[in-house]
Amino acid sequence: MQFGVFTVGDVTPDPTTGRTPSEAERIQAMVAIAEKAEEAGLDVFATGEHHNPPFVPSSPTTMLGYVAARTRRLILSTSTTLITTNDPVKIAEDFAMLQHLAGGRVDLMLGRGNQGPVYPWFGQDIRQGIPLAIENYHLLYRLWREDVVDWEGKFRTPLQGFTSTPRPLEGVPPFVWHGSIRSPEIAEQAAYYGDGFFHNHIFWPPEHTRRMVGLYRQRFEHYGHGRADQAIVGLGGQVFMRARSQDAIQEFRPYFDDAPVYGGGPSLEDFMRETPLTVGSPQQVIDRTLTFRDYVGDYQRQLFLIDHAGLPLKTVLEQLDILGEEVVPVLRSEFAARKPAHVPEAPTHASLARAQQQNTEGSTE
Amino acid sequence: MTRILAVSAGLSTPSSTRLLADRLAAAARSELDGDAAVEAVELRDYAHDITDNLLTGFPGARMRQVLDRLDAADGLILVTPTFTASYSGLFKSFIDVVDPESMRDKPVLLGATGGTERHSLMLEYALRPLMAYLRAEVVPTAVFAAGGDWGSDAGLDQRIARAAGELAQAVQRRPAQAKADPFTEPVPFEQLFDEATTR
Repeated sequence: MQFGVFTVGDVTPDPTTGRTPSEAERIQAMVAIAEKAEEAGLDVFATGEHHNPPFVPSSPTTMLGYVAARTRRLILSTSTTLITTNDPVKIAEDFAMLQHLAGGRVDLMLGRGNQGPVYPWFGQDIRQGIPLAIENYHLLYRLWREDVVDWEGKFRTPLQGFTSTPRPLEGVPPFVWHGSIRSPEIAEQAAYYGDGFFHNHIFWPPEHTRRMVGLYRQRFEHYGHGRADQAIVGLGGQVFMRARSQDAIQEFRPYFDDAPVYGGGPSLEDFMRETPLTVGSPQQVIDRTLTFRDYVGDYQRQLFLIDHAGLPLKTVLEQLDILGEEVVPVLRSEFAARKPAHVPEAPTHASLARAQQQNTEGSTE
Repeated sequence: MTRILAVSAGLSTPSSTRLLADRLAAAARSELDGDAAVEAVELRDYAHDITDNLLTGFPGARMRQVLDRLDAADGLILVTPTFTASYSGLFKSFIDVVDPESMRDKPVLLGATGGTERHSLMLEYALRPLMAYLRAEVVPTAVFAAGGDWGSDAGLDQRIARAAGELAQAVQRRPAQAKADPFTEPVPFEQLFDEATTR
């Protein structure tokens, strides 16, 4: 099982000091978090993509390329790459280039984006969100698998004899996760292609996650990619930890109370009861995270949101230390002990390259 | 058995809005020959849950129960006080967290209270259009009770009886249908693809 962090990339004032980091500080903080994730023994760093303040990560492959040069082992991903407003040709090119630079340590998560004004800024219409996701991904899928593509669609200018360069590393397209909180169409899409499905999971009751993942698994099997329990599932999670749970609660509360997504709504305690948010001791985070499996089944990737709501970088790096030293090693062995042998791990470049090699050998025999 | 849910947005206790809701509910029950389970919801009890739902985008456990009862109801009685020339903010906030699909084709009886009968057309210019937008099946008679109606014989009883009769008929014509569940019957990908890519 893979563990990692995902970041929204928001510039949020620290409510305890009133200080707002500059864009430069926030961008450098995101890089520091990625490097620390590798150092702490985590597997994945994923960045959001946004095109409006107060968010900084408008150019994920630029950032991930830089992180790739400063890490050796970490898988670089996104949360999410906007399949609606980006040109699928540019996604194909950018991520293939990143694959080559990072030695294959790349996958990506596709999402639609929920900020209405962003769509017209990129010449699109949010009411076409699902059709855009479906048509654009179909083109992206082909660009990575067919050397020469003829294409005519509803949303993009046609292509005649187009070759997306560079070709994917070793002919192996990056693994794709489709992320959606509540659109069954996206679970259906992920299942149809046999791709991964990621549920953000946080800010919502587990029931939403259970239904979306359940649908994806059932349809994954329907489309003949394997058994339902062999589908590739990722989940988000949000945690804040201190050795003593009351210290964690006390330190996190002002961030919760002022956070753009939380402030003025249910109490921290209500939110912890109704959603996967876990603020407490490392053991409480372990116990809570293990329960996710009860409603989504054995899954392959767990990403934590830890740099949110204006938390200072120093605190975030401490959280990574706790994750790396006390939480993730236990979760690795506990999840491994529960996982049946026929449930696969998350695909990596190496495993996909091996599978492709075996397919080629099998078909030439 | 027919299920009727009476939603009252009154704020005071005791509340004339609740009183009107109860009268309408009792009349509806008797029009259905007693073969109806009539439940009441007082929105005041859920004021914080409604606000939380607006802010978080999902209903908490308590709120979920109310929304499920609304979903399951064959008919609704919705009663609001008149505030500043319209339905109350609490009432609108509640409607804002209801899934519009839950209201579609649902038989609804509207009621409102106010200090004087000068406000009575609020039912027609504010509340009825809101329900039309949600494609609810609103019965023709909406009942307004002004302060004076509770004492004099101003025909409140007749209006209640007529409206309740209309609701009973609407409910019998159109029992609640289960909403389509996209998680148990997803649209197949081939169809999504055709819809997305057809010019």
